[in-house]
Amino acid sequence: MLDNSESYVTEDGRTIGGVVMEMKNITLRFGGVVAIKDISFDIREGEIRAIIGPNGAGKSSMLNVISGFYVPQEGEVLFHGKPRPQLRPYEVAQQGIARTFQNIALFEGMTVLDNVMTGRLNKMSSGLLAQAIWRGKAEKEEIENREKAEKIIDFLEIQHIRKTPVSRLPYGLKKRVELARALVSEPSILLLDEPMAGMNVEEKEDMSRFILDVNDEFGTTIALIEHDMGVVMDLSDRVVVMDYGKKIGDGTPSDIRNNQAVIDAYLGVAHD
Amino acid sequence: MFYREAGDFKTSYTDDNQTFPIKFDRYRYYVVLAIAFGVIPFLINDYWANAFLLPFLIYSIAAIGLNILTGYCGQVSLGTGGFMAVGAYACYKLMTSFPDVNIFFHVIAAGGVTAIVCTAFGLPSLRIKGFYLAVATLAAQFFLVWLFNKVSWFYNYSASGQINAPERFVFGVPVTGANTDAWATYLFCLVFLTISAIIARNLTRGMQGRKWMAIRDMDIAAEIIGVNPMRAKLSAFAVSGFFIGISGALFFAVYLGAVEVGEVFGIQKSFLVLFMIIIGGLGSIFGSFAGAAFLVLLPVVLKLIGVDFLGWPTDIVAHFNLVIVGALIIVFLIAEPHGIAQLWRVAKEKLRLWPFPH
Repeated sequence: MLDNSESYVTEDGRTIGGVVMEMKNITLRFGGVVAIKDISFDIREGEIRAIIGPNGAGKSSMLNVISGFYVPQEGEVLFHGKPRPQLRPYEVAQQGIARTFQNIALFEGMTVLDNVMTGRLNKMSSGLLAQAIWRGKAEKEEIENREKAEKIIDFLEIQHIRKTPVSRLPYGLKKRVELARALVSEPSILLLDEPMAGMNVEEKEDMSRFILDVNDEFGTTIALIEHDMGVVMDLSDRVVVMDYGKKIGDGTPSDIRNNQAVIDAYLGVAHD
Repeated sequence: MFYREAGDFKTSYTDDNQTFPIKFDRYRYYVVLAIAFGVIPFLINDYWANAFLLPFLIYSIAAIGLNILTGYCGQVSLGTGGFMAVGAYACYKLMTSFPDVNIFFHVIAAGGVTAIVCTAFGLPSLRIKGFYLAVATLAAQFFLVWLFNKVSWFYNYSASGQINAPERFVFGVPVTGANTDAWATYLFCLVFLTISAIIARNLTRGMQGRKWMAIRDMDIAAEIIGVNPMRAKLSAFAVSGFFIGISGALFFAVYLGAVEVGEVFGIQKSFLVLFMIIIGGLGSIFGSFAGAAFLVLLPVVLKLIGVDFLGWPTDIVAHFNLVIVGALIIVFLIAEPHGIAQLWRVAKEKLRLWPFPH
């Protein structure tokens, strides 16, 4: 096992930093149903961490625990080494955790640009009166943040649709806009809930490229849930495998590929 | 052919963030402002001021207010009439308690008082949405009207239970009371409308507007992105109340001069303003103007055609008005939920390519 501050080198030769977020013995129950049972793992700075598992394994619940939307009954979440206090959902974003959703959760009535700009809201502090007059700080902030937003729009290649209402966009582009909205807040951890769900091969390749580029260019720490095994194995540096709320594997993609418990969970075990 | 953005390049985000990024729009806006401030005051007469211009200006402010709450933030309100009454009574109490202060400040203070009341009645929105919230605001409507009837302090213990606007001056010109000139009342209201519209536009194009729209479009996602739902909703109620209060104050002090609360600020007023933003366009400042103009002009035009031209009895024409408004609400809700403003946008998009659409 690695020490918390120790760095390691990935299979493709990148150096990964210390622990950003650590889950310690997390247990999450909904009434009598145990969604997550005694799971511990960590997310390190600059890595792409995947959480995989069959349907109903508790992956999305895990992501919600990471994002602070669910509060586990047992165990604790250490963020930058400190236990995280119980936060309201809107306070989590201020901590620097951004996420995308399995079912796209964009603001349909707004343009792409407005959606992306909304992601900058924690960086803007001008009050209601200043914004009403639109002079001085309010205008300056708007322009500065617009520049940041345009950089991300440029990066994700959605310039041509920046003034289009989101409701008119096809599915693949919506996913990209959602990624832009999460990315523009300059998060210290970016959570992606099934970024490739419902895409064709070409769109998946595009999305994979963007995820790798984001990680490479901005050094963003990414935690993602994905069903497509090929994608997960290619993208991620380390993988957590869950099944029925328990962790059954944790390690590099090649470790996971040879892990008997994982193979059993995915392919089934012969009963003799 | 004339309406196009080709060649109109933006080289800074300031340019791109303008209210009217297209040159043609911008010049048209200046022309409209110039006509409204420089031409109409010289042509205006009492009939047009009272039949169309004053109600149009005042209802536009109310519609902008309600549009911020309902169109931008997605919180349905049926309490507009009650909130206008708050503005009217606040203005009346301020006018009679501080007769030396200029009425301009009374109207603004009345807006402030209404903002506070409106925020208080907006508290249920933190827990309930949609129809249920509409019913909660309906309670505000009935409670406020009852309150202003019941507590005689609000109407200074007058025997009739009415409030009457005393005469007040701006720059030595009377704007309230019996001896007003049409151009003075018109300009007074126009100043308020212009300021309200600019403020509303600035708020809705900036981060505050994005927070409101985020709450409207998907409140859970908005919260996870970092919008504080309580502050977003209550600020919408406050800003909306501010504008509605101003319109109520103007409606009482400048337009009517004397008000009996149940008659003027009843539930039908709430619906009238709601219809204005539905027909005009939810989530559009222009739509607030369009809806107010439409619903104020409709009875005037119908009366011109029906009574003066065709010679029908007045009551039949009045009923026709109700039928047409009702039918239009249904048509707009089904065919074009974004109202006249959307029709206008579509027309502009078509015009951009005209006469060579391919």
